Amino acid sequence: MENLVQTAMQNVNFAAIMPSLVLACFGMALLLIVVFSRRGATLHVAGLSLLALLTTAYVAFTGWNNLQTGFAGHVVLDKFSLFFTFIFLIAAALTILMSDSYLKREGYPVGEYYVLILFCTVGAMVMASGTDMMTIFVGLEVLSLSLYVLAGFFRGQLRSNEAGLKYFLLGAFSTGFLLYGMALIYGVTGTTNLVEINQVLSSGSAISANPMALVGMLLLATGFLFKIAIAPFHMWAPDVYQGAPTPITAFMSAGPKAAAFAALMRIFLVSLGSLQGTWEGALWVLAVLTMVTGNFIALNQRDIKRMLAYSSIAHAGYALVGLVAANEIGISGVLYYMLAYTFMNIGAFAVLVLAGKKGEENLTLDGFAGFGYKRPLLGVLLSICLFSLMGVPPTAGFTGKFYIFAGALDAGYVWLAILGVLNSAVSLYYYLRVMVFMYFKDPQEEFDWIQLKPGVTICVVLSVIAVLYLGILPGGVMSLAKLALF
Amino acid sequence: MSEHLLSLMTFFPILGMFIVLLLPRNAGGLLKSVALVVSLITFVISLPLALDPVFKTSAGMHYTEFAEWISVGKYFTMNYSLGVDGISLWLVMLTTFIMPIAILSTWQAVTKHVKAYMAMMLLLETAMLGAFVSLDLFLFYIFWELMLIPMYFMIGIWGGANRIYAAVKFFIYTAVGSLLMLVAILFIYYQAVNSGMDISGFSVTDFYNLSLDPQLQRWLFLAFAFSFAIKVPMFPVHTWLPDAHTEAPTAGSVILAAVMLKMGTYGYLRFAMPLFPEALRYYLPYLTALAVIGIIYGALVAMMQKDVKKLVAYSSVSHLGFVMLGIFALNTVGVSGAVLQMINHGISTGALFLIVGFIYERRHTRLISEFGGLSTSMPVFAVIFMIVTLSSIGLPGTNGFVGEFMILMGAFQGELRWFAVLATSGVILAAVYMLWMFQRVMFGKLDNPKNRDLKDLSLRELCVMAPLLVFIFWIGVCPNTFLDKMTPAVDHMIEQISGKKPIVVPQVLPATPGQGHAAHIQAVEHGEHHE
Repeated sequence: MENLVQTAMQNVNFAAIMPSLVLACFGMALLLIVVFSRRGATLHVAGLSLLALLTTAYVAFTGWNNLQTGFAGHVVLDKFSLFFTFIFLIAAALTILMSDSYLKREGYPVGEYYVLILFCTVGAMVMASGTDMMTIFVGLEVLSLSLYVLAGFFRGQLRSNEAGLKYFLLGAFSTGFLLYGMALIYGVTGTTNLVEINQVLSSGSAISANPMALVGMLLLATGFLFKIAIAPFHMWAPDVYQGAPTPITAFMSAGPKAAAFAALMRIFLVSLGSLQGTWEGALWVLAVLTMVTGNFIALNQRDIKRMLAYSSIAHAGYALVGLVAANEIGISGVLYYMLAYTFMNIGAFAVLVLAGKKGEENLTLDGFAGFGYKRPLLGVLLSICLFSLMGVPPTAGFTGKFYIFAGALDAGYVWLAILGVLNSAVSLYYYLRVMVFMYFKDPQEEFDWIQLKPGVTICVVLSVIAVLYLGILPGGVMSLAKLALF
Repeated sequence: MSEHLLSLMTFFPILGMFIVLLLPRNAGGLLKSVALVVSLITFVISLPLALDPVFKTSAGMHYTEFAEWISVGKYFTMNYSLGVDGISLWLVMLTTFIMPIAILSTWQAVTKHVKAYMAMMLLLETAMLGAFVSLDLFLFYIFWELMLIPMYFMIGIWGGANRIYAAVKFFIYTAVGSLLMLVAILFIYYQAVNSGMDISGFSVTDFYNLSLDPQLQRWLFLAFAFSFAIKVPMFPVHTWLPDAHTEAPTAGSVILAAVMLKMGTYGYLRFAMPLFPEALRYYLPYLTALAVIGIIYGALVAMMQKDVKKLVAYSSVSHLGFVMLGIFALNTVGVSGAVLQMINHGISTGALFLIVGFIYERRHTRLISEFGGLSTSMPVFAVIFMIVTLSSIGLPGTNGFVGEFMILMGAFQGELRWFAVLATSGVILAAVYMLWMFQRVMFGKLDNPKNRDLKDLSLRELCVMAPLLVFIFWIGVCPNTFLDKMTPAVDHMIEQISGKKPIVVPQVLPATPGQGHAAHIQAVEHGEHHE
C-alpha cells in the first residue's frame, strides 16, 4: 500500500496540468467572490474571469516548448493540447467580453455565469490533454455539465429552458454511449490508456478484428460526434443553439466543439489508428452528410441565429474532412480551422448580440433590412465575418478551408474535396442573403436601441482583426498548427 | 522604383479606398474627386509599362517581384510573385485606363451611398490589377475571388429593379466555378510535390513544366476551363451575364464588360491552356464549337432585344465568342488578334455601356421603342454613338475590324477552318443588330415628345468618351503599337501550348500596312527554329 502511493506520487507532475489547475483555482476563488458580492454586480466578475484566462494563457504559453506528461500517463501537455487550449481560452475570453451588457439587457446579471464558462473551459482543456479515456471522460463531463446549465441559463425564458433540458437529456444519453464504448474497448484491450490501446490493437489481427472492438469504436464515435453535432447526431443542435443565450451559442459552437474534436482526434488517431481502414470510410460518409445537411437546411432559415446554428453543423463537417484525411496537413488543418472558426463565428454572434433587442425577437432576416446603412461599421464587421464563413479570401475562413482541403487532396480524397467546395458554394446563398437584407433592402427600423457597449465592441473588432490577419498573413499560425501535432 | 512598380500600381487604389473611407459620408463631390484622382494616379503609375520597349523583344515576365508570403514547410508555400508579359501588359493598361473613365461616368448617375460606391470601385481596381499581374496561382485565386465582393455590392446596391437576383446569381455562378478551380490548383500542387518536383510555391511558370498524365489533365483542364468559361462567359454558362449587365449601374457594366470578362479569356491564355496542352488538344473542337455557338447565339439573341443595354450585353457574348475562337486558333495571328480584340471589346463595349448610361440618365428608360430620331436633338451624341457602333461592328479603320479580321484569319489557317466560316456570319449579324438598333434609336421621326428637349452631351460626358474614341481609331489605324509588344509573348505562349515553335503564315493585313512586314520577318525567324 505504502509502495503504491509512493509510485503514484512520483508520477504526479503538476506541470502537466498547470494551465487547467490555474484556471480551476481561479474559477473556485471567483465562485466565492460571487457569493459575497452584491446581487446584480457582475462587472468585476467578468473582469476577473478575463484576468484568469489571461493568466492561464501566460502559463500555457510558457509551457509551449516543454512537453510534460503526468499522472501515470493520464495527462500530457503537448503542443497539440496547448494549441487547443489557446482556442478554448480565446473562445471563452471573447464570450465573456460580449456577455456583460447582454446579461444586463436580458435581466440575468448573475456572476456564476462567468464561473461556469471558466469551468467549461477547464473541462475542455482536460479533454484536449487527456491521454487516457478516463481523463477525457472527466474533462467531457466537467465541460458538459457547465454547458447544460449555461444553455438553460435564462430560466424565465421558455426557449432557454427547452435548450437546457434538451441538451441535458440528449447529452446524458450520448454520454451513456460514450461510456459504454470505452467499457467495450477496455474489455478488449484491458487498458484505458490511449497509447496502450493502440499497442494492443495493433499487436494482432485477432484483436483488432474483434467485433467488440468495432462496436466499442462505433459507440465512442457516436458519443463524440454527438458533441460535435455531426449528422445524423445533430438534431439537438439547432434548438439548443437557438434557445441558449447568444454568447453561449457562440461559445458552444467554437470552444466545446473544438474540445470534442481534440479528444476525437486523439482517440481515433492514437488509439484506433490501426482500425483506420474501418473508420475512415464511415467518417467520409458522415462528413459529406454533415456538410449537406447543415448547408441545405440553413438555406431555408429566416432566423439568423438558427441559420448560424445550422451553418455551424456544416462547418463541423468541413473540419471532419481534415480528420478523414488523417495526414499531417489534414490534422493540423483541423486545428487551424477550429481557431479560424472561433474568430469568425464569435465575431458574427457578437454582432447579433449587439443588434438584438431584449428577448431577441428581432434576429430574423427581415429585422436586418437596411442594417448596413443605419449601422455602417457593424454592417461591415458582420459582412467580413460572413465572407469568412463563406470561405471567400482574404479571410480566415478561406485559409482554413484551404488548409483542410489541401489535406484531403494530399491524402488523395479528391471527391471529398470536391463535395466540400460544392457545399461551400451552397453556403454562399444563405450567407449572402443576410447581406442582401443588410444592404439591398431599405431600412425598416432606425436600430436606435443599439448601443456600442465597449465589451461587445472590443469582441467584434478583435475577432474581425483576427479574421483578416489569418486571411492575409496566415503563415505564422499555420506553422504553429503544423508544430502542434502529437 | 521600377522593381516595385507592380505592387505600387496594384495597391495604390486600395490606399485610395482607405482615404475615401476616412472622408465624411456626405462629401459627395470630394469623394468622387478623390477616387478619380487616385485612379488617374494609378494610370500614371502604370504608364511606364506601356512605354517600355522591352516587351517588343522579350517574351518573358518583366517587372517581376518576389517575396515569400506563406510558408508552412513541406505542406505548402505561397509566394507573393508578380510580373507582366506582353499579354497581361495590355490588360493591365486597359484596367487602369478604363477605371478613371468609369469613375468619371458616375458623377451624376450615383447619388446614394457615394462613399461606399467609390470605395468599392477602388477595391475592385486593386483586385483586377492583382489578378492580372499574379504569377502565383494562390495569389491569383485570392484576387480573383476578391473581385466578386465589390462587384456583388455594386450590382446589389446601385443596380436596377431586379438587382438582388442578378447580384446573387453573379456571385454564385462565378464562385462555383472558381471553387472547382481551387480544388484543381491544390491537386496540381500536390501532384508536383509528391512527384518530387522542385517548385517554388504555386508558381505558374513552374507548373508549366509539369508533365501530367493526359487522362488527369483532362479533368484538371475541365475544372479550370469551366471556371474561366463562366467568367468569359461562354455558351451555355453565360446566363448570369445579361442579368448582371442589365441590372448593374453604368460604371459597373463598363468595368464588368471591359475588364472582368477578360479575366476569363486571360485565364484560358495564362493558365488553362499552357498548363494542360494535351487536354486542350482533346477538347479543342468542342470548345471551338461552343465559341462559335456563342458568337451566333449571342448575335441572334441580341437582335431580338427590346432593351438597349440587354442588346449590348448579348453582343458581349458574341464578341467574347470571337475572342475565344481566336485563342483556340493557336497561331500567332489568331491569338494576337484575340488579345487585341479583348482590348477592343473593352473599349467599344465599354463605350456602348456609357452611351446607354447617357440616354438612361436622360430618359430613365432603355427601351428601344421609346426612342427614335434622337439625332436631331443630340447631334454630337449621334456622331459619337455612330463611331462606337461602327467600331463594335468592325468597320475598317476602327479597332474592331483589326481584331476580328485577325481572329478570323487565324482561325481559318488553323485546323478548324469550318468553324471560322460559320463564325464569319457573326460579323454580318453584328452589323444587323447594331445598325438596326442605331437606326431605331437615332434616326426616323422624333415622334416621342419626351425626346424633344434632350440635352446633348455635356463637357464631362465628352471627356468620358474622348479617350475611348482616340483608341478606337488608334488601334484601327495603327495596331502595331499594340501588336509589336504582345507578339513575342504570344509566340512564347503558343510555343508552350503546342510544345513547338508556332507556324506563322505570312500575310498582309489590308488595314495595317506595317503588320504584314513584321509578321513576315517573324515567320522567317521562327521558320528556322521550326524546321
